[in-house]
Amino acid sequence: MNSLQQLGHGALTAFQRLGRAHLFLFAILAGLPSLLLRLRLLIQQIFSVGVLSLVITVVAGLFVGMVLGLQGYNTLVDFGAEDSLGVMVALSLVRELGPVVAALLFAGRAGSALTAEIGLMKATEQLSGMEMMAVDPLKRVIAPRFLAGVLSLPLLAAIFSAVGVMGGYFVGVGLLGVDEGAFWSQMQSRVDFDEDIMNGVIKSIVFGVVVTWIAVFEGYDAVPTSAGVSRATTRTVVYASLAVLGLDFVLTALMFGEI
Amino acid sequence: MTDKQDNLVEARGLTFHFGSRVIFDGIDLDLQRGKITAIMGPSGTGKTTLLRLIGGQIKPTAGTIHVDGQNVPGLSRRELFELRKRMGMLFQSGALLTDLSVFDNVAFPLREHTGLPEMMVRDLVLMKLEAVGLRGAQRLMPSELSGGMARRVALARAIALDPMMIMYDEPFTGQDPISMGVLVKLISDLNEVLGLTSIMVSHDVAEASQIADYIYVLSQGIVVGQGTPDELRDSDSEWVRQFMEGTPDGPVPFHYPAGDYADELLSRGDRR
Repeated sequence: MNSLQQLGHGALTAFQRLGRAHLFLFAILAGLPSLLLRLRLLIQQIFSVGVLSLVITVVAGLFVGMVLGLQGYNTLVDFGAEDSLGVMVALSLVRELGPVVAALLFAGRAGSALTAEIGLMKATEQLSGMEMMAVDPLKRVIAPRFLAGVLSLPLLAAIFSAVGVMGGYFVGVGLLGVDEGAFWSQMQSRVDFDEDIMNGVIKSIVFGVVVTWIAVFEGYDAVPTSAGVSRATTRTVVYASLAVLGLDFVLTALMFGEI
Repeated sequence: MTDKQDNLVEARGLTFHFGSRVIFDGIDLDLQRGKITAIMGPSGTGKTTLLRLIGGQIKPTAGTIHVDGQNVPGLSRRELFELRKRMGMLFQSGALLTDLSVFDNVAFPLREHTGLPEMMVRDLVLMKLEAVGLRGAQRLMPSELSGGMARRVALARAIALDPMMIMYDEPFTGQDPISMGVLVKLISDLNEVLGLTSIMVSHDVAEASQIADYIYVLSQGIVVGQGTPDELRDSDSEWVRQFMEGTPDGPVPFHYPAGDYADELLSRGDRR
């Protein structure tokens, strides 16, 4: 009976949290219009959330592209199809790896930082202090961070894909001797703007919303102690990563699947 | 207001439950305009909770809290925010925004609420910082301040909008004697010069009774004593005297309630 009670309690707590997370999201969305008057706040956050994630995104993108070039070449050359390397690298990146890996890196780099920052602001009474100064922390602290994350991730994913293609080019054309003209021209003719690129962009927008939402909610909902903030930070990375991978399957099935 | 005396804050039958714990059980408070009222009591009696109730951050289980004639639990969010612009609060930690400098922290409420030109904001900030003696520290970041300085900056920020009242949450806790003396002087001077009403939650008996005009002593969710500092020192309640004199044992027992000592030592120590 006791374990049954615990199960019920756990389920209720989880649903309560889910409910709070949604109310929280609506409150943030309601706070977005007033941000238009405070563009400085938004720009500051885009810097700390987006620009500071650039290095890790570019480095990771380069290596992922280089690995794709190597692995793709090894498979394609058996069929004499190494001229299609450019298409393969570009499609893998634009459709899947760009949005997904950029979102995973973003969750680890920017998401955890957002959670820790907001959680610590809560623990040190800064959020409550703002409320007592009649300043709504949802509008002043949370909304700019949320919007910055949502705007940054699609851009980071695009940069990731672009750098990845360059990585594939260096390895494929530079090291392995794939024909340069074929590499680019096949890519140009076979990658479709609506089908491939836009679907990738839609994915990265969805991931941007979900990852940033999880990050700011976990921070805002954290138990205001050092242990609580550390648990919240871990939860952000875990939940955000799982959500990205799970949603990627759903979105892929809807966009490219014949299911 | 039906009372003869002019009360800025009036609580009637204030009850607050936290889960199954009763924090306040029907307390009445009258805080006179222009005076310094201290709310004292042992740690864990919910003194900070009381400030949060007055500030409307949490809602009471029952009862009313009128601040300047408005019933705080009944206010809409917008009305509450309007009221809070006229309340200052000094948190125990200071609650300074760690990513802003001292100057920007004090300027924060002015920039958020007034839309004054930056030149005027600057003058006001310098005036407030001068009042707490920290004009020279305006370029420092909160992490570079000592605890006492952080509290003084927070005090400058709390008076930035010229509020009608200030709530102090344990202003003296963890301060060295000098900054304690500075804070005592600042609180009473500001109250007088700016015509504020001050509510001070504290368990530092000596400092609080030095400047308070009236003291409420809370314990176990009820008001166990009230009066001017002199009245309380001569209180006929044994409990109030124990608190004011700080003797370790008395009506408030030294031991947290527990089972029989010998039994527990001899038992196998299984923790359920």
